[in-house]
Parts: sequence; structure tokens; C-alpha cells
Amino acid sequence: MQQILNFIFKNSILILFLLLLGISLTLTIQSHSYHRSRAISSANAVSGYVYEQVNKVEEYFSLKDQNEKLAEENARLKKLLFNTQDTANVPPVEIPDAMGNFEVIQSKVIANSYNVHENYLTINSGSADGVKPDMGVVSSQGVVGIVENVSKNYATVISVLNLKFKLAAKLKKNNHYGFLVWDGENAGFAQLTDVPRLAAVNKGDTVVTGGRSVIFPEDVPIGVIDKVFINEKTNYYFLNVRLFNDMTSLGHVYIIANKDRDEIIELEETTTQDE
Amino acid sequence: MSSTVIINIARFIILLLMQVVVFNRIDLFGLADPYPYILFIILYPVNGNRALLLVSSFLLGLFIDMFTNSGGVHAAASLVLAYVRPSIFKFSFGLSYEYQTIKINEKLSPERFSFILISVVIHHLILYLLEVFRLSFLLDSLLRMFIATLFTLTLCIIIIYLIKPGKQ
Repeated sequence: MQQILNFIFKNSILILFLLLLGISLTLTIQSHSYHRSRAISSANAVSGYVYEQVNKVEEYFSLKDQNEKLAEENARLKKLLFNTQDTANVPPVEIPDAMGNFEVIQSKVIANSYNVHENYLTINSGSADGVKPDMGVVSSQGVVGIVENVSKNYATVISVLNLKFKLAAKLKKNNHYGFLVWDGENAGFAQLTDVPRLAAVNKGDTVVTGGRSVIFPEDVPIGVIDKVFINEKTNYYFLNVRLFNDMTSLGHVYIIANKDRDEIIELEETTTQDE
Repeated sequence: MSSTVIINIARFIILLLMQVVVFNRIDLFGLADPYPYILFIILYPVNGNRALLLVSSFLLGLFIDMFTNSGGVHAAASLVLAYVRPSIFKFSFGLSYEYQTIKINEKLSPERFSFILISVVIHHLILYLLEVFRLSFLLDSLLRMFIATLFTLTLCIIIIYLIKPGKQ
């Protein structure tokens, strides 16, 4: 017993080092694995507060840019409004509450990273505003990311620019599906994979979200096709997509909450369990 | 509490805040950020408590990880640097280390430069290898590591000169 105690005492520094190294490596491996809520994230009161204070100052530098983006969005929405049929001639359509599937929570990006392989954003809404993990985040331009961790007043978002990000997307003109991923190289481009060869694909075609997930509604814009490659092995298209969003300067964003999400997920889970 | 303890606590907080608020946003060439927060480990007193250095370096790294959502990579890199620090001392300063008369916070000599250089390289090597975790990006991360190392080294030396206490 005495010898064991002596050994521990003599090597206490080494043991402390190995213990702490073990903790940090566990956290690292955990952060690299898919779909796992992380133990340590910037969605907490301390880092949220610091980022919010910094953002209060930084906001002023991009005010003009943000205003232009919002005005553009307003113009687009106005165009939609003016071009719809005259409502006086159409019998009023009552949308029952149960059919209004999506709710939108307004929020703001307070921290943004785009120069590593696993990029995250921090936004200033949390569970107090109704944000939950796996909700979609869009800006006025298009898809931004998916909520990962949520604290009371803040949340972290997996950016489109993250090797862990994967999203069902489709070509707007012919509804051919593929997966949107990022290759870790350029912050202006993402990649659309697994689009079948029989699809007619041209440079400049618009890519939007597919309606197959509970995270995003259908037809949220993502980007336009910039280059077309063909994967020789699988004979699927591999498309370079220029993102509508400038991921390096994000301001106001919207979080999309699907009201039926829990029900759909529950149903899918019971279905897979039965198989 | 002696003044050394207070100075080190202040260094911990100031370097952490500077890292999060300023240095993480520099994004040189769109490739790399400098990490001068490791100055805390470099400037820690030579004969200070080792266990305390390990724990505080780990915590400093963990805080940086918390802010940048990077899991535990900064914690691991800082911890390793804190652990091997005595060996780097021996390598860079040779005999005089035994007499504990070294001051990093002084005019730049070849010994001090080599000590800071080796510390930065070790820290960044571990940081970038853990950060990618995939061999497909090995070349890319080595390039990023190289740029970040030069950048951090330059900043560390500038900061040491700036905060150097006046000549006695």
C-alpha cells in the first residue's frame, strides 16, 4: 500500500497530465462524431454574453449591407404580393391552424466562423424563444445551417460550411434530388452530390431544399450550379453550387420550426423499430 | 496572494478575452488565425507549481474551445505544451535552467527565441492535427499550421516587447 501511494505521489504530475489529456481527447473525438450533442459549446451564458457585447459594436459596421439585404427581401415579397391574383375575386380560403405547419423565429448571428473544416455559428435565441435542436436556419438569401446545441438564450448552429453538414436538396426546375455537402475548401461554394445522370443539368440552374426533411420547408433557395462534374465511379453528377448566402457576413436570420416535427419523428422511429 | 499569482490570473483572463474578441477574427489570407493565448504558458514562472500550470493551461484551452466550438483541441494542445515545457527549457537554455535564473520576459536572445519557436510549433502541430482528424486534409492543414505558426510567433514576440516591464 505504501509503495502504491509512493508511486502515485512520485508520478502525480504525469497522472494529472494523462487524466486531463484523456478528458480533452474524449471531447475532441466527441466533437468529430456525427449527431452527438457536445458537452462544451458556445451556447452558454458566458460566451453568449461576450459575443453579444462584441456584436453590439460590430453590428454598426455592416448596417448598410444588412439594410440592403432586407430591402431586397422586402422587394421580393412585395413582388409576390402584387402579382398574386386579386383576392377580391377569389373566395376566401381559410387555413386551419393545423395546416400552418411552419413557425418562424427571428434571430441574429452573434459569432460566425468560416475558416476551419467544422464551422459553427452562435445565434442569440435559445430555448426561451422556442428554439430546439435540429431546426433549420435560413437568412433572407437562403439556407444557413441547422441548430445543434441550445441553451436558455443562445444556440449554436452547424453552418453549411461544415464537413458534418448534410442536407437533402433538389434542382428547382426538374425536382431531381441530391445531397448538399461541403468539401472543406471554399467558403463560397457547397457541393451537390448523388444527382442521377438522367437529370438535365446546366450551369446556372437553381438548387433549393427538397421537401423530404422535417428540418426545412420545400423550395428554400440554396444556390446556383457553378460547375458540373461527373463521378466516373458511380455515374452520378457532382455539382459545384455557388451559395446565395455570403457565409462570411451573416446578420439577421430566421429559425424555422416545424410544428409537426415531433409527431413525424416519433412516427418514423416507431416504424423503423418495427422493422 | 503574491503579485506573481495576481499577474498570472490577470494574464489568463486578458489573453483569453483578447483571443476570443480580437485574434480569432483576424483570419489571415482566409487560412489561419494566430493563437497568442499560449503566451500564458510560455510566460508562466519557471519555478512555478507544475500541477497548477497543467490545470490552468487545460482550463485556458477548454475556454477557448468553448468559444470556438472546437471540442477539446485547444485544451489538448495547451496541456501537452504545459507538460513538455521543462524539456523545452532544458533544450533551449541548457545549464542555466538548473539555476532557475531564466527570464523569458526579457530582451530577445537566441535561447529565448528558440524556446518560443519550439513551444509554438509543438502547440500548433497538435492543434491542427487534432482539428482535422482526417488524413485527406493533411497537406492543407500543414500549410495552415505553417502560416499560423509564423503569425503566432511574430505576435508573441511583439506582445512580449510591448508588455515588458520597464528597465529596473
